[in-house]
Amino acid sequence: MKPAWSVIFFTTLAGAGQGLFLALVAAEALGEVPAGFLVSGALLALGLLAVGLAASFFHLGHPERAWRSAAMWRTSWLSREVIVLPAFMAAVAAFGLSHFFSFERNHSLWIGSAGAVLCIALFVCTGMIYACLPFLQEWRTPLTVVNFIAFGCASGATAAAALAAWQHPPLARPYAAAALALGALAYLTRLAALARNRQLRPKSTLSTAIGVKHPKIVQIAHGAAGGSFNTREFFHGRPREVVRAVRWTFLALVFPVPAALLGGGADSAAVLGAAFAAQYAGLLAERWYFFAEAKHPQNLYYQAIA
Amino acid sequence: MTKQLALVIDLNVCVGCHACVTSCKQWNTSGEAGYLSDDNPYGADPTGTFFNRVQTFEVGEFPDTETVHFPKSCLHCEDPPCVPVCPTGASYKRAEDGIVLVDYDKCIGCKYCAWACPYGAREIDEHQKVMKKCTLCVDRIYDQNLPEAERKPACVMACPTSARLFGDVHDPESVVSRAIRESGGYALMPEWGTQPANHYLPRRKTTKRLHPDELERHDNPLKVDGRLPRPEPGEPALDDVTSW
Ligand code: SF4
Ligand code: SF4
Repeated sequence: MKPAWSVIFFTTLAGAGQGLFLALVAAEALGEVPAGFLVSGALLALGLLAVGLAASFFHLGHPERAWRSAAMWRTSWLSREVIVLPAFMAAVAAFGLSHFFSFERNHSLWIGSAGAVLCIALFVCTGMIYACLPFLQEWRTPLTVVNFIAFGCASGATAAAALAAWQHPPLARPYAAAALALGALAYLTRLAALARNRQLRPKSTLSTAIGVKHPKIVQIAHGAAGGSFNTREFFHGRPREVVRAVRWTFLALVFPVPAALLGGGADSAAVLGAAFAAQYAGLLAERWYFFAEAKHPQNLYYQAIA
Repeated sequence: MTKQLALVIDLNVCVGCHACVTSCKQWNTSGEAGYLSDDNPYGADPTGTFFNRVQTFEVGEFPDTETVHFPKSCLHCEDPPCVPVCPTGASYKRAEDGIVLVDYDKCIGCKYCAWACPYGAREIDEHQKVMKKCTLCVDRIYDQNLPEAERKPACVMACPTSARLFGDVHDPESVVSRAIRESGGYALMPEWGTQPANHYLPRRKTTKRLHPDELERHDNPLKVDGRLPRPEPGEPALDDVTSW
């Protein structure tokens, strides 16, 4: 598949925002946290979500009709995501406001848990958009959803550590520890997904695609003098070396580099911020690779490019 | 039983002339739903939106090769994976005749349906920013203003070799059902359970088995070959005794 930048930015930014929100709710549930930190955290999470949402609009041909996409929630994970996302953003805003106006702890915790449920639901919707397509075999695995959740939580925890170092230093260490643990988990599940996808055998072949049972079929013409939507949308168009380089880049940046920064003992906002920046860059590469790795069966009809 | 309109494409007959492609484009770019946009149609890198394409494959190893021309369009799957994923309901399958359509006024151009079609049958219109695909000429086949014989998809009308059949695959006596049944019609990528309504008829080899006795003239048991005797110049020839 051709990596869609709007979607890459949306899933990574929203994922970090979601993880950050979960980190805030977890901290509040586990102990006393100053309201100011939670408010700025909620603002940051909301900001990440808003930028992600804005990026996702660039994916649409008709963004002005986006409201229509809430219609088919019974069948479409994309539609479900479109419903859950604003609900979750509202919950994040309510969470921030509840601390800004110093609601009773009980109430803000309730808002936080409702938000956490919506947050997980949003992760599931986003992951299922990809995991529900049966013939994109690289995506058709629970690991897709698991990775979206794990990387979202890991990057959110890193962001929380950086924010805490700046606003509420006592929390920086625990958040950094959580970011390390979640990052390690995400790294393992991502490696598992890579290993799984390496074993995949495509179910469709050129033989089943055109229904000619012969081992040797060569495409002579793909039915268009120049390119077409089919030759643009489903191919990343990069040489194998680039794809491999992206994989090594993301494997270095999503965990090892930020882990070194997080575990280095320095709790300055700059170091932890750098950890988040590195991890986020790694996530962009990871998502790019996620798309590039998926081989759409329609590519069988475009052998010259495949 | 509900109707399921579909095409059956005979790969044994298709000569790869692209008449279906051009007639499809002509009909569907001139309709009420608007044009099918093109970019650089006469330039170095032409591209555009088509509902139907003809591809060509070579099967086998030289010198035993065979050229297969393969027209490709939306197969109007009975269980279309492209429909449930559409968040707006713009993509839908008509209950009355099984045609899978896109409502261009509802489509937000998210391309999710194109990702969900294993056959690559959907193409986004790069200028109108909505998803397009074969409509089975839904604006032709029910048009009471057309003579009955012309109420067929434009590609079917155009095909010079009649490689394209059109009809209801749920009616066992329709021309398409007969063709599928009697000529080995098959579906593309059956492994995904999409149950394409469109079917393809395979290449067939026309061979004749010759038996030794067919190589020998029964009326020449002595195996004497030669010219039949000519009549003498004075004798009447066949032309003289018959009146033509
Ligand atoms: S061929 Fe593709 S676009 Fe057409 S109905 Fe089947 S899945 Fe949908
Ligand atoms: S591109 Fe249009 S028809 Fe396709 S899924 Fe999106 S809204 Fe539906």
